[in-house]
Amino acid sequence: MLSFLWRRLLSTIPVLLIVAVLVFGMLRLTPGDPAAMLAGDAASSEQIAQIRTGLGLDRSIPEQFGIWFGRMLTGDLGESFYYKTRVTTLIGQRIEPTLSLAAVTITIAVVVAVPLGVLAAWRFGGWLDRSLMAFSVLGFSVPVFVLAYLLIWLVSLKLGWLPVQGYQRIGDGVGLWLKHLILPSITLSVIYIALIARVTRAAVLETLGEDYIRTARAKGLPERAVLLRHALANAAVPIATVIGIGIALLIGGVVVTESVYAIPGLGRLTVDAVLARDFPTIQGVILLFSFVYVLVNLAVDLSYVVLDPRIRY
Amino acid sequence: MAARRDWTPTDLAALSVESATVVPQSSAWSRVRASWSVRIGGLVLVILVAIALLAPWLGTVDPSLFDPASRDLLPGKQGEITTLEGETLKHTFWMGSDSFGRDIYSRVIYGTQVSLVVGVATALLALTFGIVLGLCSGYLRWLDGPLMRVMDGVMAIPAILIAIALVALWRGSLLTVVVAIAVPEIPRVTRLVRSLVLSIREEPYVEAAISLGTPTWRIMVRHILPNCVAPLVVQGTFICASGILVEAILSFLGVGLPPDIPTWGNVMAEGRAQFNEYPHNIFFPGVFLAVTVLAVNILGDGLRDTLDPKMAKRV
Repeated sequence: MLSFLWRRLLSTIPVLLIVAVLVFGMLRLTPGDPAAMLAGDAASSEQIAQIRTGLGLDRSIPEQFGIWFGRMLTGDLGESFYYKTRVTTLIGQRIEPTLSLAAVTITIAVVVAVPLGVLAAWRFGGWLDRSLMAFSVLGFSVPVFVLAYLLIWLVSLKLGWLPVQGYQRIGDGVGLWLKHLILPSITLSVIYIALIARVTRAAVLETLGEDYIRTARAKGLPERAVLLRHALANAAVPIATVIGIGIALLIGGVVVTESVYAIPGLGRLTVDAVLARDFPTIQGVILLFSFVYVLVNLAVDLSYVVLDPRIRY
Repeated sequence: MAARRDWTPTDLAALSVESATVVPQSSAWSRVRASWSVRIGGLVLVILVAIALLAPWLGTVDPSLFDPASRDLLPGKQGEITTLEGETLKHTFWMGSDSFGRDIYSRVIYGTQVSLVVGVATALLALTFGIVLGLCSGYLRWLDGPLMRVMDGVMAIPAILIAIALVALWRGSLLTVVVAIAVPEIPRVTRLVRSLVLSIREEPYVEAAISLGTPTWRIMVRHILPNCVAPLVVQGTFICASGILVEAILSFLGVGLPPDIPTWGNVMAEGRAQFNEYPHNIFFPGVFLAVTVLAVNILGDGLRDTLDPKMAKRV
C-alpha cells in the first residue's frame, strides 16, 4: 500500500511537469516579445528592458524555463502586472470564496445526484429514469450563465428570496455566507448533477444485474438494504471516479458563475487577469487549478481502497 | 460440386458470414434514420442551418446598424433604424433593442451563423489533429509514450482555462477562437483514435496487409481509419456542442470574438448591465443557444446509440 502510494505520487510528477512546460510554453510560443507582452500596452521601453533582464530573457529557452520552474517550486509565482502584488498573495486573498462555492456545490451535487441515479436505476425505464435522462441532456446543454440569469430573475428579482449578487465571508456569519452561496451553487451544480446522476445510474444498473443482488433479494433482505448495501456499495468506484473527473467541469463553471454572481474568487480573478492581459496571474491561476485537479484525482484513486476492499495496492 | 438447389438455409447462412461485414453497415444507416433522437436533433439543426443561411431575408436588418432613438425598446415595439446610407426606416423590434439601439432579433439571427460555423470548425479541427496524432500514437510505438504524456498534461488543465488563456494571448478573432476551443479537445480525440487503433491493428486483416508488405501509411488510411469513422462521428458531434457552448462563454466573459461581431455570447454580454430592467436581452440569445446545443447533443446521443453501441453502454 505504502509503495503504491509512493508510486502513484511519483506518477503525478511528470504530468505536473508537462503542465508547467505547457503553461510556460504558451507565453513563449506566441509571436512578439514576451517582455513587451508581459509589460502590457502602456509600458515604456525601459520597463520592457527591465522585465527582459528580470526574466532572464537574454538566456536560452531551457535556461529560462529552469529559472522560472525553480522559482515556482519555492512558491514564487511572480508578480502581477495589473494588481502590482505577488500572485501568491492575490491567490490567497481570492481562494476562500472559490473554495466555499466549490464545497457547497459538490455537497449539493452528491446529495442530489447519487440518490437520483440509484432510484433511476432501480426503476429502470420508469418515469423517474426517463426524466432523469432528459434532465441530464438538458443539464449538459443549458449554458451555466443562462441558467444563472434565469435563477437570478426568478428567485432574486421576482420572488425576492435571496440576494442577487455578491459574497459574504464565512467569518461574517454562516447564515449570511450560505445565503449568498445558495444560488451560485445550485447554478453550478446542475451540470455536475447531470454527470454524476448519469454515471451512478449506469453503474448501479450494472450491479443490479449481478447474482449477489438476486441472492440478497432471495434471502428476503429489504429492498433498501439491497440498493444501498449491495448495489450502491459496489457501484462506488465509478461514482468516485466521475466526481473527480467532474472537478474540471466545476473549475470551468466557477469561472463563469463567479463572473455572473460577482463573487470575488479565483474564477473572477482569472477573467479579470485575462481582460487586463496580466500573464503572471493567468499562469499562476492555471497552474493552481491544474494542480488541484491532478491532486483531487490522485485522492480519488486512493479512495478506491476504502470504497472497494477488494482493491489492494 | 454440389448443385445450388441442394443448399440448405444453414449453408447459405454460413456462406453469408463472409459478407457479414457489409450487412451491419447498411443496417446501421437505417437504424440511424429510425432513431427519434437523430430525427428530432437533426430536424432542429436543419431549421437552424436554414435560419443561418436565410438570415438576410428573415425580416432582419444589418446587425451592426443602430439608432439612438430606438434604444432599450421592449420586444415587439415599433421603432426606427438608420441604414449606412443615412436612410431612416420603420422597423419592428421583435426581440427589443439594446442600449445602442441595435435590433436584438437581427443580432440573434445572424448569431446563428457564427455559432454553427464555430461549432463545426472546432469539431473538424479537433478531429483532424486528433486523428493524425492518434494514428501516429497507436501505430508508431516510439512516439506513443511521449505523445500520450503530453496529452495527459493538456488534459490536466481544465479546458476552459486553456481556451481563455490562448484567446488572451492571440486576441480574439474567428480563427483564434476556433483554435483555442479545439486545442483542449484534441487529447480526447487522440486517446479515442489511439485506443481504436490498438484494438484494430490486432485484427487478422491488418496482419494480412502487413504480411503482404503494405506500407504503414496505407494500412492506416485504408484499413484502420475507415473502422474509426462511427465513434469519431459521435465524438465530433459532442465536440461541436461544446464548441458552441464555449464560444458563447468566451464571448460572454468578454474574452471571445470582438464585440462588434453579432454572436449570442456578445449579445448576452451587452445585456448584462441592464439585466434587471431588460432581461430579454439575455433570454432570447440564451434560448437560441440552449436549443442549438440541446439539438446537437440529442443528435449525438442518437448517433452514439445507433452507430456505436459499445460506447453507448459505457455511459
